[in-house]
Amino acid sequence: MRPKATNEELLTRPDDVAYLFKAKKGLSERVVREISHLKGESDWMRDIRLRAYQVFLKKKMPTWGGDLSKIRFEDIFYYMKPVEKVFQNWSDVPTAIRSTYQRLGIPQAEQKYLSGVMAQYESEAVYHNLKDRMGKNGVIFEDMDTALKKYPEIVKKYFGRVIPAGDNKFAALNTAVWSGGSFVYVPAGVKVEFPLQAYFRINARNAGQFERTLIVAEPGSFVHYVEGCTAPVYTTNSLHSAVVEIIVKPGARVRYTTVQNWSKNVYNLVTKRSFVYEEGVMEWVDGNLGSKLTMKYPSVYLLGRKAHGEVLSIALAGDGQHQDAGGKAIHGAPETTSRIISKSIAKETGRTSYRGLVRVPRGMTGAKSNVVCDALLLDERSRSDTYPTMEIKESDVQIGHEASVGKIGEEQLFYLRSRGLSEAEAMNLIVAGFIEPIAKELPLEYAVELNRLIQLEMEGSVG
Amino acid sequence: MKLLEIYNLNVKAGNKHILRGVNLSMRPGETHAIMGPNGSGKSTLASVIMGHPGYAITQGGVRLNGKLINSLDPDERARKGVFLSFQYPSEVPGLSIEHFLRNAFNAIHPQNNLSVVEFHNRFLTAANQLRIRQDLAGRGLNEGFSGGEKKKLEILQLALLEPSLGILDETDSGLDIDALKTVSAGVNALRTAKRSFLVITHYVRILKYVKPDWVHVMIDGRIVLSGDWKLAHQIEKRGYDWLNVKKK
Repeated sequence: MRPKATNEELLTRPDDVAYLFKAKKGLSERVVREISHLKGESDWMRDIRLRAYQVFLKKKMPTWGGDLSKIRFEDIFYYMKPVEKVFQNWSDVPTAIRSTYQRLGIPQAEQKYLSGVMAQYESEAVYHNLKDRMGKNGVIFEDMDTALKKYPEIVKKYFGRVIPAGDNKFAALNTAVWSGGSFVYVPAGVKVEFPLQAYFRINARNAGQFERTLIVAEPGSFVHYVEGCTAPVYTTNSLHSAVVEIIVKPGARVRYTTVQNWSKNVYNLVTKRSFVYEEGVMEWVDGNLGSKLTMKYPSVYLLGRKAHGEVLSIALAGDGQHQDAGGKAIHGAPETTSRIISKSIAKETGRTSYRGLVRVPRGMTGAKSNVVCDALLLDERSRSDTYPTMEIKESDVQIGHEASVGKIGEEQLFYLRSRGLSEAEAMNLIVAGFIEPIAKELPLEYAVELNRLIQLEMEGSVG
Repeated sequence: MKLLEIYNLNVKAGNKHILRGVNLSMRPGETHAIMGPNGSGKSTLASVIMGHPGYAITQGGVRLNGKLINSLDPDERARKGVFLSFQYPSEVPGLSIEHFLRNAFNAIHPQNNLSVVEFHNRFLTAANQLRIRQDLAGRGLNEGFSGGEKKKLEILQLALLEPSLGILDETDSGLDIDALKTVSAGVNALRTAKRSFLVITHYVRILKYVKPDWVHVMIDGRIVLSGDWKLAHQIEKRGYDWLNVKKK
């Protein structure tokens, strides 16, 4: 099978997943009640959902960012429970999907899981071992629905604290209909030495479209959370709207890494925000591939002296795609520091936008912020824009901002080709070099997969 | 057998007629110099031999080992043994020099695949010979390099990729005297009975270190005079004006 057809087919193929339960299309108070009822939730969560639904109705659609006019809220299923087995066995999985997984270098066990052949991932036992070890330290790591049942007090204390339903229309929607996502609680002083990633990769298929994630890092703790995987997540659901809330208490550090590759019909509208207290450190590392439109601006609210926040992101916009991404740093205390680095690549009719905000109110002396956004255009048709907003009301600060837009030039390609490299190899090396400063921040296997995936995406762009 | 044979080469960039009938033959092991004033077409000739897509050959052509290479892509020419040391090498941020060169080496010498360690050792040896600072190797390709550092890196690439024809396009420009000596010594160490060099320069000074077998003078897209090393001396004394041919 031709590689290009394989990838295209995979990303656009309607999926044949059967569902145990499907709520009706469209959204109403009744649907919201039904979701809460089916999950067996307490009244307080049901009421949060219902209030959020009212907020959702009142809030206007954002008029900035990408084109949201084609979203039909009435055509979306808001709650679906997939059946465990989709395909009966490996040979029933379409060749196109199998070969893409192979080309991505995903281990076969995992391929089977991702394609739905295996209901249970084989490393389940490994996961339980990890969980046992974590449990001894008091670390809680559950899917959000389970956490709500097992630890209602903690969830109730923090849920919606960082991102209230009233924040924006899509945060309200998520709060009303959320399902899935993760809950992580790290007690004071506990440092989780391995990234919490294996689990989420297992869970990726069930992640759903309105997942809700909450991470609470108590003082002096550390955790690295990795979500998503580079295997294409393909779905007929055209709206993905997640909310991620993170609380970094004094002296704690949280790193949150995302690599996602949505199918090309998806609106990916995600609200991610963290509150960072005194001397805490929050790091967002974000890789955005696929989707029709992504709007995502991970934010750090630096609320205690010497808190530090970073937002590092890579976006790739292929033909017909728009990646509107960036980051926000709100300096709410003196001597806080932030760094936002954005790297974007656009090809064919793809479009990337950097949208960012750095806010330093008066009195936040000694604040430092550095913003770097670099765009790479692969051809004449691709497009990139920059919308940096700086609201600096204090003079005793250090603020840096650099932006660049580069094209892969004829001279650069000629130079590499004169060293024996084909046009495709040359392009790949240039792009890999461009994203290297951020790719090196990813866990190794994710960096390798990301590079492979970008190569796959680029195969269509060179002759 | 000739390594390189250029016959009646006419080249246009857009509507501009730059090369107007260049003839040049080189045998294996020979070093030729092409001198000429700015804008005479020297660098265009270098780019055309390498296969730059911005130029169109309207007449004549280039043969390598007896085979016409007019329509080959630059990477195919590189795999057949042509190397161009650029006058202005491009920067590729984030692309590690060693990673890039190992890819290039494996593309050009697929039968001679070296392990990462073997290649690394060769890389270090060549870098030491050219007195390339260790920390440069950790940077992106040409990223933030000075002019002189870029030129040294070009010669390092030449040394590692082992071409049969090395074209040096104004390699001496922007080099101070110490760097010029180092680079020249590097080139001389690579001169063998099989490997040929085409040294393109405005000035005589590099030819004092890399002594050519033949010197050609190019003016207005043609080679107007050829001779041995003595011709370079004449140019040094008299400049190019005495050779100037009126444009048609």
